[in-house]
Amino acid sequence: MAILCDRNTRLLVQGLGRMGRFHAGLSTEYGTQVVGGVHPGKGGQVIDGIRVFDTVHEAVEETGANATVIFVPPPGAADAVLEAAGAGLELAVCITEGIPALDMLRAKAALAGSSLRLVGPNCPGLVTPEQCRIGIMPARITRPGPVGVVSRSGTLTYEAVDQLSRLGIGQSTCVGIGGDPVIGTSFVDALALFEADPETEAVVMIGEIGGSAEETAARFVQEHMTKPVAAFIAGQNAPPGKRMGHAGAIIAGGQGKASDKIAALEAAGVAVARSPAEMGETLAKLR
Amino acid sequence: MNVHEYQAKALLRDYGVAVPHGRLATTPAEAEDAARSLAAPVVVVKAQVHAGGRGKAGGIKLAKSAGEAKTLASEILGMNLRSHQTGPEGKIVRKVYVEAGCDIARELYLGIVLDRAAERLAVIASTEGGMEIEEVAARSPERILTVHIDPGLGLQPWQVRRVGFGLGLDAEQVGRLQDFLAGLYRLFVEKDASLAEINPLVVTGDGELLALDAKLNFDDNALYRHPDVRELRDPEEEDPREREAKEIDLAYVGLDGDIGCMVNGAGLAMATLDMIQVCGGSPANFLDAGGGADKEKVAQAFKLILRDQNVKAILVNIFGGIVRCDLIAEGVVAAAEELGVEVPLVVRLQGTNAAEGREILAASGLDITPAETLGEAGQKAVAAARGREAGEA
Repeated sequence: MAILCDRNTRLLVQGLGRMGRFHAGLSTEYGTQVVGGVHPGKGGQVIDGIRVFDTVHEAVEETGANATVIFVPPPGAADAVLEAAGAGLELAVCITEGIPALDMLRAKAALAGSSLRLVGPNCPGLVTPEQCRIGIMPARITRPGPVGVVSRSGTLTYEAVDQLSRLGIGQSTCVGIGGDPVIGTSFVDALALFEADPETEAVVMIGEIGGSAEETAARFVQEHMTKPVAAFIAGQNAPPGKRMGHAGAIIAGGQGKASDKIAALEAAGVAVARSPAEMGETLAKLR
Repeated sequence: MNVHEYQAKALLRDYGVAVPHGRLATTPAEAEDAARSLAAPVVVVKAQVHAGGRGKAGGIKLAKSAGEAKTLASEILGMNLRSHQTGPEGKIVRKVYVEAGCDIARELYLGIVLDRAAERLAVIASTEGGMEIEEVAARSPERILTVHIDPGLGLQPWQVRRVGFGLGLDAEQVGRLQDFLAGLYRLFVEKDASLAEINPLVVTGDGELLALDAKLNFDDNALYRHPDVRELRDPEEEDPREREAKEIDLAYVGLDGDIGCMVNGAGLAMATLDMIQVCGGSPANFLDAGGGADKEKVAQAFKLILRDQNVKAILVNIFGGIVRCDLIAEGVVAAAEELGVEVPLVVRLQGTNAAEGREILAASGLDITPAETLGEAGQKAVAAARGREAGEA
């Protein structure tokens, strides 16, 4: 089953620049149905074997797409998300890094009345092993199995997935929710989907400093999850007031410290790895 | 991005938010001139640095004459201001803002922040002006009033009334707060601020509202559409290494340990610092070379890391998703040869073409310690830094 995407996903690519084209190619190679591209002004062209449309509406009508991956540069990215929602798509995965926070704030508020689920922005995307790849993750390191992975990070997700795969533990779906302050799909949203997915037996959750999404997730685990959860929180010794790479990874006003997040998760019964080398083993011990 | 108080106040003035009259000075003579032109019975000479706690640190002084303003400015200019926000190294004061003093009846707090949990901008107000809001939140949370703003509707008059009457203002003052807060909100949204703090917001003896201090931060991701805000950047206020990193598009944060780090990806970079600490060591920096790390980026990153005299070992940790480890390995070898890296180098390559990458490192003849897993990389880096320490002793 997996969550969010599988072999039936029909994917559009918004923004066919260098990165969009490169990753559309890798997704197709992996077996994902990439059914069209959207690039205003390039409608009617075929780029790398992908039919290109000027608008998402047209692309959906012509291809029957139900999902989109967004590589549009920051100034137009929030608009691209809203266009996807306007065209009635169910899923948009926004890879773009560097979108102004207030753009996302407005877009997120506007999505409340639509049927679109947004993943990201500033995220590596999704992989359901051997079925579907949306975004920029190296799908090769994944293997099918029963563990859901959800993370605010990119390469640290790959590290966790790699640790699991080396222990012979496969994944149902790997979800990168993104490192920005305002994101579409939260830890809680992803945990709820994994809880409801019959093929997922346990979850690895990778958080980091900044905000309070991990604390909210801890409450959700305590109140609603029956499946075991293992976690790691990056930035345990990060100095306050410094942005650690991700726009959302900053301890501000005494909030967002790793120690608070770890305490909240442990109080909720989550097994938290203290060392990033032990993410896989921590999950393995739960099963 | 942070700006100075005098810059924040100029922006506030543009948006119709009431601020005291003031002038910038970079010399004692200019401060004297400024004080004279303000023609106020009392002026305040305020150090302009990107840090709070200036008053307690001796960076804010009252003067009763232009001559006294000159004397105070000569003391403040050039001083190394140390507050709880500057760190022990302090900040050199290069400019002072000379401002007309005012008759203070009440000191309040007013701020706008992005509330990440609510996914809304929040107006934060408190009767405890002049104190840090985090302190108020910890000690007396009941004294903080929060109003969330719908991004579609914007700030509504009833929300200002709620804040104003909640702060104990009278009807006339609440009327003034409508303009004050509407201007502040409009500035926040139009200029893509990430934080606005008026602390204190002063009610004068005449019942006027004035922004006595002002702090504005701006969203780095939105600076591309605000050239006017970008121009307010004061490079003197930034860590020189962080500034240099920004120019070459690397995310870098200087720390006080001795193991230099180069990693691809912010999450893995944070986790690498954690790994070093789990192994008993101490990282010298956070450095995210980005998803598109290539040979040139690696060389630039090495230069930056080696500028830190405390670095006793370097740990390179690359998880090649899309990045190819063989290309990174070539970059490491080239940089190590070109720069003549003398500290021990521990390199962990994992993911795409990792085996080819390790071969390149081994064949280079350079003294590079390879590591397979994240845990092994941390242990070897800590051991290398300790060995270096022992060698020095």
